[in-house]
Amino acid sequence: MSQLVFIAFQDNDNARYLVEAIQEDNPEAEVQHQPAMIRIQAEKRLVINRETMEEKLGREWDVQEMLVDVISIGGNVDEDDDHFILQWN
Amino acid sequence: MATKNKKLNLKDRYQYLTRDMAWEPTYQDKKDIFPDEDFEGIKITDWSQWEDPFRLTMDAYWKYQAEKEKKLYAIFDAFAQNNGHQNISDARYVNALKLFLSGVSPLEHAAFQGYAKVGRQFSGAGARVACQMQAIDELRHSQTQQHAMSHYNKHFNGLHDAPYMHDRVWFLSVPKSFFDDARSAGPFEFLTAISFSFEYVLTNLLFVPFMSGAAYNGDMATVTFGFSAQSDEARHMTLGLEVIKFILEQHEDNVPIVQRWIDKWFWRGFRLLSLVGMMMDYMLPKKVMSWSEAWEMYYEQNGGALFKDLERYGIRPPKYQDVANDAKNHVSHQAWSTFYQYSQATNFHTWMPEKEEMDWLSQKYPDTFDKYYRQRFEHWDKEHAEGRRFYNNTLPQLCQVCQIPTIFTEKDDPTMLSHRQLVHEGERFHFCSDGCCDIFKHEPEKYVQAWLPVHQIYQGNCEGEDVETVVSKYYHINIGEDNFEYIGSPDHKRWLAIKGESTGKKADSTDQNAA
Repeated sequence: MSQLVFIAFQDNDNARYLVEAIQEDNPEAEVQHQPAMIRIQAEKRLVINRETMEEKLGREWDVQEMLVDVISIGGNVDEDDDHFILQWN
Repeated sequence: MATKNKKLNLKDRYQYLTRDMAWEPTYQDKKDIFPDEDFEGIKITDWSQWEDPFRLTMDAYWKYQAEKEKKLYAIFDAFAQNNGHQNISDARYVNALKLFLSGVSPLEHAAFQGYAKVGRQFSGAGARVACQMQAIDELRHSQTQQHAMSHYNKHFNGLHDAPYMHDRVWFLSVPKSFFDDARSAGPFEFLTAISFSFEYVLTNLLFVPFMSGAAYNGDMATVTFGFSAQSDEARHMTLGLEVIKFILEQHEDNVPIVQRWIDKWFWRGFRLLSLVGMMMDYMLPKKVMSWSEAWEMYYEQNGGALFKDLERYGIRPPKYQDVANDAKNHVSHQAWSTFYQYSQATNFHTWMPEKEEMDWLSQKYPDTFDKYYRQRFEHWDKEHAEGRRFYNNTLPQLCQVCQIPTIFTEKDDPTMLSHRQLVHEGERFHFCSDGCCDIFKHEPEKYVQAWLPVHQIYQGNCEGEDVETVVSKYYHINIGEDNFEYIGSPDHKRWLAIKGESTGKKADSTDQNAA
C-alpha cells in the first residue's frame, strides 16, 4: 500500500519559495493546487532544507519560519536547524 | 558571523528552556502534586523520552504567533472596511458560518480549558509546556473566530448568541457533548481523544477542504482565520502523534487501553463530522471537493498511512472504520435531510439544492445520490413550490452517546435505519450504531447522565412545552428571522437587495463574484 506524507501551505508569496525548494529537493513530490492552498505529497518522505530555501530567498532563513504558512502535515516530523523532514517508517 | 555562533541550536535551546526549567519536588510527594496521572492505568516509566519535534520554546512561540496575529487582523480590518460580506458567492453560504460559530468556536474554547487543565496534571515538563502552548492556541482560535464572524453578525441573522446557544440548542449538544466527554475523562484519554484522534486524524477534514471552500466562495475573513488556526494545528497534530508514540513506547500494558480510546474517539469524531460533511456538500454554493472525496484523501489515504506506521506498536486501525468508509457516500445527504426538516428549530436556514447543485451531487455520488436521495429532495422542492414547505413536527429520537438523531443507515443497506438498544439497570437506552453502543457499554455510568435535548424538552426543563416557546425563550432563536427556509427569509431579501443595488452600477466587483 502507498504511504504518502503531505504538507499544505497557504497559497501566498512565502509558499512560492517553499514549493520551489521542495520541488528541487524532492523531484518525485506531487504538487496540488487547491483554492487558497498548495498541497504537496510524496511517497514516504519529504524534506525541506534550510540551505535550498536560503538560496531561493537570497537571505538567511530559519526553519521555524515555515510555521507561519503551513496549514497541515501528515507524517512523523523531524526538525532541526538545517531541515524539516516528514516521514513514515 | 560571530553572533551566529553564539546562538544555541534548536535542540539545546529546547532543552534549556523547557526541561531544565523544571525541578524535582523535595518536600511534597509527587503523587500528591499530580494525583490524576495514574488512575487510567497508563504506565509512564520515563518522562524524559517525551519528544516535541518542533522544539518550540516560549520565545519563538510568541514571535511566530504575534506575526500570525498581525497578518490575520490586517485582513479582518480590510474585509470589514471593504464590506467583504458583499463579495461572497451567495448568502446561503453564511449559514455555514452560523453553524461554525455556534458549533465549532465554543469547542475551541473547550479545548483551551481542556489543555489548561491537563497541562497541570502531567509530571513531565515537556508535556506541560506543550499543553500550555496548545491551551493558548485554542484560546486564540476561539477569539479570532468570533472576531472574524462579528462582521457577518452586523449584516445577517442567527449569529447573535452563539455561546448561549451552544449550551442549549438540540443539535449543538452533538459537538458540546463530544468535548464534555473528552474533558471529563482522564488526562491521557483527553490527549488521545483530542490531540490524536481529533487533531491528527480528523480536523484536516474541517479546516483544510472546508476552508479552501470558504476561499472559493469569496470569504476572505474565514479562510484566513481557518488557515491561521490550522497553522497551529500542524503543531498540534505533530504533538498528537508524538503523544501516542510516547504512551505506547512507555509500557506494553498501555497498548490495549490506547487502542480502545482510539476506537472510541475515532467513532465519536466521525459522527461529529457528519455536520462538516453537510457543510461541504450543501452549504458551499461554489463547490471545491465533495465530502466523499475529502474523506478519501484525508481519512482513507492519510489515515491509512498513519495506522500503517502505528502497526509496529501493535495498534490496528479503528474498529468500525469499514462502517465509516461506507458512510462517506451517505452521511452528508442524511444530515442535510434532517436539518431541512427541522429548520424551525435551528439558528440557520436550510434549502433544497438548485438543479445544478443536484446534478453536481449526482455526479459526485453516482452510486447513492440519485438512487436514495434525489427523488426525496425533488419531492420536497415541489411541495415547497406549491406552498407546502415541509417541516417535521415530531421530535427525533437521539442516540444516547453521540446525541445525533438516529438518522443513519446500516452499512451496505442504505434503506435500513441503524438502531441499537439495550437495557441497563432496568432502563432502556437507544443508539445510532454499534460504535456508539460499544462506547456506552464500556462506561454506562458516564453516559446514563447524558443531557439529551429532546428528553429535556419533554421533561419540561427548557422553559416551555411546545417547540416555538423552547426555540424562542430557551434557545434565543428569533423566530421568523434566524430559522425556517432560506428562500424568502430576511437574509435572502437582504442579499437580493445587496445584489440589486450593485448590479445597477457598472464594473462593480461584486458582479463578477455573483456570475
